[in-house]
Amino acid sequence: MKLIDKMVQCSINGINITVEKGTTILDAAEKVGIHIPTLCHLNLADFGVVNKNANCRVCVVEEENSHKLLPSCAEKVVDGMKIQTDSLKAVMGRRTNLELLLSNHPQDCLTCVKNLDCELQSLAHELNIKEIHYQGEKMQHPVDLTSFGIAKDTNKCIMCRRCVTMCNDIQTVGVLSPLKRGFDSVVATAFHLDLGQTSCTYCGQCVSVCPTGALAEMNDSPKVWRALNNPNKKVIVQVAPAVRAAIGEEFGYEAGTILTGKVVSGLKRLGFDEVYDTNFGADLTIIEEATELIERIQGEKTLPMLTSCCPAWVQFIEHQFPELLDVPSSCKSPQQMVGILTKTYYAEKNNVDPKDIVMVSVMPCVAKKAEAAREELNKDGLSDVDYVVTTRELAKMIKEAAIDFKKLPDGNFNKLLGESTGASAIFGTTGGVIEAATRTAYEMITGKELKQVNFKQMRGIEGIREAKVKIDDLELNIGIAHGLGNARKILEDIRDGKSNFHAIEIMACPGGCIGGGGQPYHHGDIEILKKRQKALYDLDKSMPKRKSHENEMVLQLYEDYLGKPGSHKAHELLHTAYSAKERI
Amino acid sequence: MKNKILDMTTLDKTLLKELDAYINLLDGDKGEHLIHVLHKAQELFGYLPQNLQLYVARKLDLSGARVNGVVTFYSFFNEEPVGKYKISVCMGTACFVKGADKVLERVESLTKTKKNEISEDGLFTIKDVRCIGACGLAPVMTVNDKVYGKVKPNDVDEIIRYYRGLEDENN
Ligand code: FES
Ligand code: FES
Repeated sequence: MKLIDKMVQCSINGINITVEKGTTILDAAEKVGIHIPTLCHLNLADFGVVNKNANCRVCVVEEENSHKLLPSCAEKVVDGMKIQTDSLKAVMGRRTNLELLLSNHPQDCLTCVKNLDCELQSLAHELNIKEIHYQGEKMQHPVDLTSFGIAKDTNKCIMCRRCVTMCNDIQTVGVLSPLKRGFDSVVATAFHLDLGQTSCTYCGQCVSVCPTGALAEMNDSPKVWRALNNPNKKVIVQVAPAVRAAIGEEFGYEAGTILTGKVVSGLKRLGFDEVYDTNFGADLTIIEEATELIERIQGEKTLPMLTSCCPAWVQFIEHQFPELLDVPSSCKSPQQMVGILTKTYYAEKNNVDPKDIVMVSVMPCVAKKAEAAREELNKDGLSDVDYVVTTRELAKMIKEAAIDFKKLPDGNFNKLLGESTGASAIFGTTGGVIEAATRTAYEMITGKELKQVNFKQMRGIEGIREAKVKIDDLELNIGIAHGLGNARKILEDIRDGKSNFHAIEIMACPGGCIGGGGQPYHHGDIEILKKRQKALYDLDKSMPKRKSHENEMVLQLYEDYLGKPGSHKAHELLHTAYSAKERI
Repeated sequence: MKNKILDMTTLDKTLLKELDAYINLLDGDKGEHLIHVLHKAQELFGYLPQNLQLYVARKLDLSGARVNGVVTFYSFFNEEPVGKYKISVCMGTACFVKGADKVLERVESLTKTKKNEISEDGLFTIKDVRCIGACGLAPVMTVNDKVYGKVKPNDVDEIIRYYRGLEDENN
């Protein structure tokens, strides 16, 4: 076929343009710098995430030859088309469609979780809606607040189905589906079960793409405020790696600005007694995990070993592949390690009754809330972690306390559980955990210094990646997957005996924790995720120490308290077990 | 607490065997045959209780939500037991203004059954439905495949009597 046959010509607002066959009107318009408003459309193609249901019709444009209104996000350019994006008909068409969506939408914007972060609201502003000419019958669905992770308010759903795309096509969890039809149709769980009764992993990817307040994280900040105001409690907080690379976006910083120091000061201002670093837990996790990996390789035990720091991924394997529960590492996640050590190591050192400690974590993640609530993650009936707030919730708390974030000085983490290396910084991105583990495993196995710490083959954003690393005469085969749909492929291979990996890193969210369900909303802009990712690699590069096993405070912890990596005490406190769950 | 939906033991074993046999004969990606399988399941069990839907989901390697989505999309499928005769009274605008509510009331009182429920003798299920596209005949009610137009509340007596009569003949 000649190139010319693959191209089509059209005009958009009088500008002629030739595009490849199959290009949508929306994409063609963008090429000539013409913006068309969209709502249901979502395109994160680099992560394999595309929602193209053409449900909302907010993106209609006029085609002059036929005088038809066409949904530009889905309609492909045909030779000779004459598109008008700004004709009266197009403008009125978009407005009418939006007004219809608004006609039965709850009008509680001022108190809605998504206030000023809602795409429906911004669109009403952008399209200059001053009056809603239709009065629709409002929906009356109960709000689902039954799970630890996700709050679901169906009354705010506009049926864009982005969440359905995420849950089914990208994550292959399959908890959300459109039910019924016509006016009665809703996005819901099977049989309208409470989310807490389903196989939801709480990855929160539905939350991160929901344009309205229909899906949000459970709000745990009131509990944290209460703890902070209780004089009898020591309230201790930890901050995950990906938080520092994203929280700035809530305060007007460029995406990918690392703001560790300000976050620490902000937390101290809020009244936390100690501010610890989840990165400390990450370094510790690496040491335990690398020890386990070496033991599994040398002892010819179950391989591959899968990383276990992502709680959504752990939920996923428990529900979907209960026959494979011996493949994940038994290590608890960094969040849980810092939690349990605060309630044991810190408590003993400082003579504090663990009952008087409230452990809070700030996470980029919704699933961390559910992880903290898992029954087995406790000691003597005390949870390792009590409350989890997301990056977004912390930003709101800082604003609520009238703290001027931009003016905060750079603070330092408290000692004991506050040091970290570059290896732990990259925990927040896909590929980072396994790169950090490789750095440590290499030196543990060979006893030699690893000079080149950058494993570039493990980096990137392709959904599934592979890397081979030579460690003396062992060739270590490493797999990496992010997004649960990609994880599923890897698990199917393992189940069918087709996998020859030694170690595999899995993160549930596209991009890893930087794209977590609790992060500032990216509103479909994938550049934001890439910037956050780059920021973490830069942070790693800037650190004086870049191997987890060089973290002095971690080494101190082993010496004072745990003994050796993989010791009995380490197992008692830092490891866990998984249990099979039903798939609904 | 074990969720009732997860409890498959309440499903008739022989019927399940028959359903399994049907599913085993399907080739290729079994999930693609969902609608056929649901038809078969409803034919066997009379309706599609939730645990049966989940059973089908697992057999076809689909999510429960997907199966439930399809079941609730097509009005042909019933999630609740249905009577031998399904009476649908149209509540569309045309029918409503011509007194469909009175018709429904009469149906309910004669069968001693509320809408969306099944009569005690298992004979009738009552539904109110949206416009069925026969507005010229308003008010309209249907019993299984048969359409009754311009129904007056008094006509309902005769219609119900007719179906009761059919039963007596059969017995
Ligand atoms: S954005 Fe095109 S139909 Fe919704
Ligand atoms: S309104 Fe009843 S058939 Fe149309």
